[in-house]
Amino acid sequence: MGLEIAFWALAVVGIGAALAVVLLRDVFRAALSLVLCFLTVAGIYVTLSADFLAAVQVLVYVGAISVLIILAIMLTREVQRGSPANKLRIPALVVAILFFGAVGFAMVNTSWQVVDVPPQEPTTSALAIKLFGEGGFLLPVEIAPVLLLAAILGAIVLVREK
Amino acid sequence: MSIGLEHYLILSAILFSIGLYGALAKRNAIVILMSIELMLNGVNIAMVAFSRFIVPLLLTGQVFAIFIMVVAAAEVAVGLAIIIAIYRSRETIDATEINLMKW
Repeated sequence: MGLEIAFWALAVVGIGAALAVVLLRDVFRAALSLVLCFLTVAGIYVTLSADFLAAVQVLVYVGAISVLIILAIMLTREVQRGSPANKLRIPALVVAILFFGAVGFAMVNTSWQVVDVPPQEPTTSALAIKLFGEGGFLLPVEIAPVLLLAAILGAIVLVREK
Repeated sequence: MSIGLEHYLILSAILFSIGLYGALAKRNAIVILMSIELMLNGVNIAMVAFSRFIVPLLLTGQVFAIFIMVVAAAEVAVGLAIIIAIYRSRETIDATEINLMKW
């Protein structure tokens, strides 16, 4: 029962915050509601018993990415102009609704092979075995820091003063 | 009514659609980037929901979600650096006015 209440509350707040991101005219308020949306997604991970991912979501998205976005908003001084829609507002709305209709139809009408096994908690050690263990994801884990290093170097080169 | 896999999938589809609308319809480049983050979060919810309900003991979906987060962090860093560089040279981040590569 508690899980249902938590899911519905998180889902309603998250969807409201996501709508606020695309509908608010004030860019800064849109960024703050994006932070709220990230937090509710972390709560959704908790209801899915993915505790490690919830912590990573709070650390990476709420902690780092939102700070970067707010910093960029401050640096570009476009707050006064707001976030208006372009000429494609109506076609974009139609495309988004059509996409949701198609995907939602497919999701509801597929018979998923749901197994009724209680989830394992905590997931941290199981995830570590999965990532670093035998037959795991060791090569992607080693590629990921290379990607991050390339991204950091690219960002430094792009914003460096000439 | 208990919460099943479909609830999470519909929630992720709603988040993805909202992000899709924002990415297509907004003019401010930072808001477009924020909408892309919304879409990535929707995909992550679907990944974790599949992992929880279909293979609860393998956790493959959660591993994929971790890699999506890594790529999203790299994407945000480079994307915001590009936006700030464009703002320095052109004094605007309006995506309809950034037409350097248009002919």
